[in-house]
Amino acid sequence: MRLLINKIFLGLSIFSALIGLAFLAWILTTLFIKGLGSFHFGLFLNDLIDGGLRNLIVGQFILAGIASLIGIPLGMAAGIYIQEYGRGRYADIIRDLSDIMMSAPSIVIGAFVYAVIVVPTGGTSGFAGAIALSIMMIPVVINTTDNMLSLVPRELREAGIALGASKYKVIIDIVIKAAKVGIMTGILLAFARIIGETAPLLFTSETSNYFSLDLTESFPSLTVSIYDLANEPEEASRDLAWAASFILTVLVLIINLSGRFITRNKK
Amino acid sequence: MPVLNIKKFSFTYPGVDHPSLKDINLPIKRHKITALIGPSGCGKSTLLRSMNRIHDLYPGNKYEGKIEFTDTDKNISDILDIKKENEFIELRQKIGMIFQKPTPFPMSIFDNVAYGLKISGVKNKTELADRVEIALKGSALWREVHDRLDKSAMGLSGGQQQRLCIARAVAVKPEVLLFDEPTSALDPISTGAIEELIVELKKDVSIAIVTHNMQQASRISDYTAFMYLGDLVEYNKTENIFLNPQEKKTEDYITGRFG
Ligand SMILES: Nc1ncnc2c1ncn2[C@@H]1O[C@H](COP(=O)(O)OP(=O)(O)OP(=O)(O)O)[C@@H](O)[C@H]1O
Ligand SMILES: [Mg+2]
Repeated sequence: MRLLINKIFLGLSIFSALIGLAFLAWILTTLFIKGLGSFHFGLFLNDLIDGGLRNLIVGQFILAGIASLIGIPLGMAAGIYIQEYGRGRYADIIRDLSDIMMSAPSIVIGAFVYAVIVVPTGGTSGFAGAIALSIMMIPVVINTTDNMLSLVPRELREAGIALGASKYKVIIDIVIKAAKVGIMTGILLAFARIIGETAPLLFTSETSNYFSLDLTESFPSLTVSIYDLANEPEEASRDLAWAASFILTVLVLIINLSGRFITRNKK
Repeated sequence: MPVLNIKKFSFTYPGVDHPSLKDINLPIKRHKITALIGPSGCGKSTLLRSMNRIHDLYPGNKYEGKIEFTDTDKNISDILDIKKENEFIELRQKIGMIFQKPTPFPMSIFDNVAYGLKISGVKNKTELADRVEIALKGSALWREVHDRLDKSAMGLSGGQQQRLCIARAVAVKPEVLLFDEPTSALDPISTGAIEELIVELKKDVSIAIVTHNMQQASRISDYTAFMYLGDLVEYNKTENIFLNPQEKKTEDYITGRFG
């Protein structure tokens, strides 16, 4: 009887795993066929206005980069605070808030930034987009930092204190170093997550057909342009959207894989 | 004059309504090894961790009584009076601690040993290198690691890691070393090496060691304190404790009737 139940469960698990894999394979093959079909290296040399994607790719990285500059230090500081300094109530409140923020739909974050930044400043801007992305990133960074620091054994902290180091020095010199690989991997995965986001940018940075480094104006974004291009009637626009999706997927894949690569090699 | 003199000492953990140590009187004698023995939970670690105030990493502990520290210049101070950060740093550089599980820092072998030195303000590169070398030689590790000082300390074996931790503590020239079951995570050969090393260290420092291993206590210690349920039951020269215990409890424990 046990054996039979075991077999049924095993069968069911394999079946659902196969369904999942089949869909993944379907998505990826479609993406590869359609994407590769319209892919050419000229896409990296021209801006959208000339039928290329250069400004969009650069813009997307700039947005995610600025979001990281804001999100990583803030998230790490909060994570360090709740794990190393916070006791009881405050730490728990921040932890809960961060968990809630992590599960907030990204479109809601976009709407929030629209209300508090875009409207008061009189229009969409690269800054607003970067801030929306950083809001997506912060809870993920808090969570990883918190978790990874909690894995560092208590004895290691005590050993530092026992040598005369102050608490903050132990955290900087020893604890963070011990958790470095895990935190870096988490940050990389957080980055991979925000680089592919559309909703937070849709009405914060919007997108632009031109190359731009001016963060006070609408800012070129690969994901938002994919959304726009896919809705255009012309075949050429939709082909470009496929090519852009293909490039985006490959980028995210590379970032994800390098995250895994770091973990595997360092542990 | 003992280097540490624990007088009428009681200790209560936060949120616990009874003290975990009650009215302890115990000397830690200079250049001797004092073993703390007793069944699990009797308060050995609690007592040891009071001597360098490492308890203070977690707030809310209650100390009563005195732990008098007499340094080499014969200045007497009460460890329990310490409040300021810089006094804590000084205390912990004078009274080092080695833990049950080896605790190498995630950095190079050299940086591990140099860590405490840097904290105490040694900046000169050649002085650092010299003192790291002396500490590693003094911990019988130099021969094994001298050609890979820049490699991560995490790559050492458990026994080597523990000797590295001893080297790290010795490097700042402490007066007292506290060992909390330093060999219970190690194989017999590494254990032997550490025991030898501890006896060797006696000429430079005074030592208190918590151990569950009766043979270890009788092999290496000069004095032994037997603790039970937060009380110090008996303290004497080690041979007296093992050959001629005065208390029934002590006898029961060392003959293995409980514990
Ligand atoms: N952080 C703590 N908070 C509250 N009580 C504690 C704490 N740490 C230890 N205790 C209690 O204090 C008593 C003494 O513990 P301690 O760790 O000193 O025992 P020990 O003799 O070192 O035991 P072992 O041989 O198992 O290491 C025990 O009853 C223990 O449950
Ligand atoms: Mg203990």
